[in-house]
Amino acid sequence: MLRFVIRRVALTLPTFVALMFVTFIAVRLVPGDPIEVRTGERGISPERLAQFRHELGLDRPVWQQFLDYANGLVHGDFGVSIVTKTPVLHEFLTLFPATLELSLCALLLAVVIGVPVGVLAAVKRGGVLDHAVMAVALTGYSMPIFWWGLLLIMLVSESWGLTPVSGRVDLINYYFEPVTGFMLIDSLLSDQEGAFWSAAQHLILPSIVLGTIPLAVIARMTRSSMLEVLSEDYVRTARAKGLSPLRVVGLHALRNALIPVVTVIGLQTGTLLAGAVLTEHIFAWPGVGKWLIESIARRDYPALQGGIMLISGIVIVVNLLVDLAYVAINPRIRHG
Amino acid sequence: MTLLSIRNLTVSFATSRGPFRAVDGVDLDVAAGELVAIVGESGSGKSVAMLAVMGLLPWTATVTADRLMFDGKDLAAMTPRERRRIIGRDLAMIFQEPMSSLNPCFTVGFQIGEALKTHLGLGRAARRDRAIALLNEVGIPEPERRLRAFPHQLSGGMSQRVMIAMALACRPKLIIADEPTTALDVTIQAQILDLLVRLQRENGVGLVLITHDMGVVAETSQRVCVHYAGQQVEMQPTEGLFRDPHHPYTAALLAALPERASGRLLPSIPGVVPGLADRPKGCLFSPRCRFATERCRTVPPPRAGAELGLALCHTPLVQGVPQRAPAAA
Repeated sequence: MLRFVIRRVALTLPTFVALMFVTFIAVRLVPGDPIEVRTGERGISPERLAQFRHELGLDRPVWQQFLDYANGLVHGDFGVSIVTKTPVLHEFLTLFPATLELSLCALLLAVVIGVPVGVLAAVKRGGVLDHAVMAVALTGYSMPIFWWGLLLIMLVSESWGLTPVSGRVDLINYYFEPVTGFMLIDSLLSDQEGAFWSAAQHLILPSIVLGTIPLAVIARMTRSSMLEVLSEDYVRTARAKGLSPLRVVGLHALRNALIPVVTVIGLQTGTLLAGAVLTEHIFAWPGVGKWLIESIARRDYPALQGGIMLISGIVIVVNLLVDLAYVAINPRIRHG
Repeated sequence: MTLLSIRNLTVSFATSRGPFRAVDGVDLDVAAGELVAIVGESGSGKSVAMLAVMGLLPWTATVTADRLMFDGKDLAAMTPRERRRIIGRDLAMIFQEPMSSLNPCFTVGFQIGEALKTHLGLGRAARRDRAIALLNEVGIPEPERRLRAFPHQLSGGMSQRVMIAMALACRPKLIIADEPTTALDVTIQAQILDLLVRLQRENGVGLVLITHDMGVVAETSQRVCVHYAGQQVEMQPTEGLFRDPHHPYTAALLAALPERASGRLLPSIPGVVPGLADRPKGCLFSPRCRFATERCRTVPPPRAGAELGLALCHTPLVQGVPQRAPAAA
């Protein structure tokens, strides 16, 4: 088991190196640099421009900049944001709880609805429910996040007035210092009446928007995996014991069917974090995604590079954890 | 006392080309403590008939029977819930593929304990004790350690022993064993078969042994049913069947046994079992039968009396000679 973990961790190192290289190059391929973006159309004298560039180290050869950056990363230094002058890591960590809270809620929604729905569709295969579920899932999977978010805001927030349009909490009525960074927890800790409900209400629409694609993927995967497992001999054995259908399907079949589903859930973390960038933008959610989009606009190289590295790192770590979870639920790997 | 009593059991499957009759009018009686064998080629409906008794067929199957009684209770009239109280408790089944019949995600102990908990309501410690006793009974060494094993850590023979232990868990009155040795090595086959027969005798359990191995039938069973293309073509006490088979199919099956071959070439039965599309009008065996007449090809055969092994044949054999029944009785 320990050797398995060590091997898996070691395998992620080349990925990180490649990632560092690609983000560094890609960020610089975008036309314009931080100075040009900041000075805008008013222009600036060539001397001042050269001075700014020198201050930021942008006048040095690219390969030297890369080596400096790589050296910094190895020592855990993600650089300092050009715009806010605060360390990138600190900014990221301040904003990340918001993204994490949103992503977790979206994933929870996707799993809590997706798995049972997929199981039901498989058990009632070929029926009306099955067809309906799969049609909705396909629609959900094909839905552009931007359009879906705007549609929900128009309908639920504007027309029906059921949920707030944007933000994490009603800032006019509630204010509290971040403790954990998770609004749901902080609002409870603040002891302000209604704060938790306000935070929860703000989470509803973004979670639905962000959770839709993973929900569709999980439902479809659960269904097909379940269909395969339901025709297995050991399911027949379970029924031959006289167990209830709930136990046969919910324990004997589902336990086996979940193995590929867990993999898919892991792969969805990438989709979630990428989707979070768009979702946060639509709902003005003060998370990492919104921050990254703003950094692109400002050509804030250190913030962009650091942000992408950190997010990618999280995706890699989550996939590693999924591999380990896989070992936990599949005894055939555990005892290999 | 008759434990299982089946009359005119028919199972048909809905297929894209119309209903397919996998089991066609099968009768069977099994007394308590009796060992009955069902033999026939692949696709002759022997497994399907027994799965119908267990209620384990998929939803595409339609099961009808004039009588489907087990232990004095009418299985056909029961609700699924009532039926589940019998299945796995009084009526257990062992399957063909031991390796895939155990759930890979749960330990052996858990899987044996499940029926004990569901049917007998045993507590954790009692389940463990009973599971250890059962593993001992089926000849698994170090049962305490094996309880924690997962199925992939067991060999095929071990897995089948575990399946047998599971079937025995609630002390059933009848066990249906569906080709329990087919997937195993030849050396293991004999062990598993000996085990099954020994347990059956010791516990006085009724046993229905589905097989296509005539050697197994000769060694173990008291009575034999021969199935062909979903129909029961003959039923006799084992000794009588081997001495004087009455249906030409049974005779051909016995003649095809390598032990009985006299020449250099093994005798075989020409042709294959008819499928959905090429079902003959008369006797289903007529296209392959040495003795088939015009009447056999056009008129479905009647069932002969018990003295002729209930053979489903126009011209049942006696000592290998077809008996011409009086035309149109």
